[in-house]
Amino acid sequence: MSTKSILNLTVNGKAYEKLVEVRMTLADFLRNELDLTGTHLGCEHGVCGACTVIMNGEAVRSCLLLAVQAEGATLETVEGLADGDQLHPLQAAFQDRHALQCGFCTPGFLMTASAFLKENPQPTDAEIRQAISGNICRCTGYQPIIEAIAQAAPEVGGSPPPRHSRESGNP
Amino acid sequence: MAESYIGAPIRRREDIRFITGAGTYVDDIKLPHMVHAAILRSPHAHARILSIDTKRAEALPGVVSVFTLEDIGELDATVPIRMYKIPGLDKYLQPSLARDMVRYVGEPVAVAVAESRYLAEDALDAIDVDYEILQEVMDVREALEDKVLVHEHNGTNLAGVHHVSIGDADKAFAEADYTRREEFRVHRFTGNPMETRGAVAHFDRGKGELRVYGATKLPHLNRQTIAAFLQLPEHKCHFEENDVGGGFGIRGELYPEDFLIPFASVRLGLPVKWIEDRREHLLAANHSRQVTCELEIAARKDGTLLALRAQIYGDMGAYVRTHGGLVPCSTAALLTGPYRIPNYEAKIHCIMTNKTGLGTLRAPGRVESCFYRERMLDMMARDLDLDPVELRKKNLVTPEEIPYEIGFTRPSSHPTILDSGDYASALRQALERFQYDEMLELQGLRDDGRYHGVGLSYFVKNTGGLEPYEGARMVVGEGGGVSVYLSIAQLGQGHETAMAQICADALCVPMDAISVFHGNTDLSPFGWGTFASRGTVMAGNAVHLTALQLKDKILEAAARHLDVDAANLSLEDGNIVQTGTEAPALPLGELVAHMRESITPEQGVPELEATAYYNSNNITHTYGVHLAHVAVDPETGMLEVLKYLVVEDVGRVVNPLMVHGQTVGAAVQGIGGVVLEELVYGEGGQLLTTTFLDYLLPTSTDVPPIDDLVLEEAPSPYNPLGVKGAGEGGIVGTAGALGNAVSNALGIEVKDLPLSPDRIRAWLRAREDG
Repeated sequence: MSTKSILNLTVNGKAYEKLVEVRMTLADFLRNELDLTGTHLGCEHGVCGACTVIMNGEAVRSCLLLAVQAEGATLETVEGLADGDQLHPLQAAFQDRHALQCGFCTPGFLMTASAFLKENPQPTDAEIRQAISGNICRCTGYQPIIEAIAQAAPEVGGSPPPRHSRESGNP
Repeated sequence: MAESYIGAPIRRREDIRFITGAGTYVDDIKLPHMVHAAILRSPHAHARILSIDTKRAEALPGVVSVFTLEDIGELDATVPIRMYKIPGLDKYLQPSLARDMVRYVGEPVAVAVAESRYLAEDALDAIDVDYEILQEVMDVREALEDKVLVHEHNGTNLAGVHHVSIGDADKAFAEADYTRREEFRVHRFTGNPMETRGAVAHFDRGKGELRVYGATKLPHLNRQTIAAFLQLPEHKCHFEENDVGGGFGIRGELYPEDFLIPFASVRLGLPVKWIEDRREHLLAANHSRQVTCELEIAARKDGTLLALRAQIYGDMGAYVRTHGGLVPCSTAALLTGPYRIPNYEAKIHCIMTNKTGLGTLRAPGRVESCFYRERMLDMMARDLDLDPVELRKKNLVTPEEIPYEIGFTRPSSHPTILDSGDYASALRQALERFQYDEMLELQGLRDDGRYHGVGLSYFVKNTGGLEPYEGARMVVGEGGGVSVYLSIAQLGQGHETAMAQICADALCVPMDAISVFHGNTDLSPFGWGTFASRGTVMAGNAVHLTALQLKDKILEAAARHLDVDAANLSLEDGNIVQTGTEAPALPLGELVAHMRESITPEQGVPELEATAYYNSNNITHTYGVHLAHVAVDPETGMLEVLKYLVVEDVGRVVNPLMVHGQTVGAAVQGIGGVVLEELVYGEGGQLLTTTFLDYLLPTSTDVPPIDDLVLEEAPSPYNPLGVKGAGEGGIVGTAGALGNAVSNALGIEVKDLPLSPDRIRAWLRAREDG
């Protein structure tokens, strides 16, 4: 019953070739095969957003994808956000605004916000509220997360456009 | 730094690891040769187990072991009650695995261990269990008839009863101008931390030591229980909490799985990991709330409160778990709130049903009682044509009456005493900040086609106390670095920052020189836990006391070294200063280096160390006001919270950033629970809300920005720091304020929750029907 497949993909700028079980989720692959445990699993059915990663420039739920669906893809996880010791503006703003408590949902929010700010570099608070409405946080009440994203927006918005072209034609 | 660290909005030091993905939660623990457990759970609410056959499962490739209660054999243990041990409840305890019967959907029946979580879950499908399905009982009123018994051998579903009696309520009712009786109901919901439960147990056969990762909240108590179960010496069991993705009452209590995973590791001699999935969490981890109350109020015509009488019914589910009768008993504990109500009687019933066991959820019982009382006060104000704010003002306990002893409202030898407060001041500030009078103008049907309403609730919330102590050990090391070892656990609050602030102030060293360690039973032999907003009160004061002792030791050692009188020395910003002289300061690090190099036997040990416990059964009480402005769409029944204010006096703020975070987060959690969340049981006792598609948690678009005002007008006289804790004030008043706001919007009397669209529509239809 072992059905395995070779998977090639790039995660945080590093290329991997791995033999994986075809039924393994992308989240489990990142966490267990690549030891990138910053991507968390809160519900494993696509609602809470804790497992959000960026795949080919788009925020996706890694618990709803099989690893093999990421064949050839370029992925970014929370571990790839900071530039060495230099925090990403979103990370710095999250600390500054106390936008996290237990920290479990935080990587998902950071990745959602990172993809969102590339699409919409000058968002209103209402747009931010909408953009993160697919991520659940049980600690903060969302308010400081919205403040943090708004605070980071000018710095993130000033960065170059997305490096990766998208596979699909979605807007 | 001459300024105080306490009170400063210092950014949390724990954040760096969390925002970079470098936190270590229990599922991030990986050990060599680790295997994975999955738990077979009952699909039936009430059934007899006729047989369990594990042979097919055991034969599957990758399966290491499958076990049932029979394999646990003589080690068989039940989940113990740790508090609110009402007589009788101990006959309703949960075994580690189902013993002949299953009593709720989700009850553990067998455990499969395999090389991966995927394979372990496959194995569950191959375990054959033959059940004889029995009639279930899901409603407390029906359960009280004892026609269907959840525990047949006990002969009743009424597991325990507790009485509270203060003054003479019957006499007060007989003489009162005004009385009213209502039945209120709070629904069943639960905490849902973002990280589900989990454990990694590693029994080292060679050393005979057990290490359990994923413990939290009460690691020492849980270690004690598991060590006794496995017949291991307690000091050979090491419980580590790692990072924890939220608590809210549910996480870290002892559950059947806490026996099963260590047992599997001992049995197999391998590290065993179990990570709960969300469906399991909703099915098997503690449910909460669901308390019904028949409440009677007695007053004079002028609104002077005379008495409360209550019959309280707690839906305990199928087994009494660690919290014992806490949820319904805590409902009674502060039912009188911040008001002068001299006569109070309550009878609390703990009733068994075929549901998941009941446990705590942030401000358990206090959210419920605040809802009952504050709704009743609004009804009474309407009946007597009194202004609801004036009614409350008239009855608030005054500063002159404090400390105000309410009486024995809990099954405990300590009376409930309101320790400090200016309740009228908090109310005044809340009304001003909310612009209450202007907001009242908005009530009624508005141009947006919605009914608007404003609601108020006043709460008191006990904090600290409950379990007698927490401890801290403090050691000065190389370079003057200070290690602080806490007995208390952290579930995401920020102890590493807050405790360093407290230590820095008392020890007079820079905060950067301090590291805080916690969450390992090896750091401290004894400790209780993180619940009831007790962390800052208990551990904060332990750190404070330890730091003061350590400072004395440092100055004595410095006095010996410098050959001066210790009375002439002081510690300032990490340097030992000879007061009133021009002598150069001695950096703490130099003193440490000297002692390390040249201590003599007569001088004692080379380390500068102190250990102290803060030991107090005195319960502190925060207090405050919630105010809500809501709009209800009469067509859809949709409720929108437009404006929300929480005012809470926490005695003294250690870190305003974190107190603000606790308040806002708790308020949103409270609004979610009152408006969106419900654990719904359907036919055959099946839980219908087993995903986040069915069980709705509040998201960013469901809630408004929360305004908060944190007061420090009434430090607690009970502890050296004057702190009261701040974890629950943001949630306690949510049901009361929202219930009152919706009632005012629609001209109805809300008596039960949740405030969901279907229920609001039903109330509107009932109103239209007259």
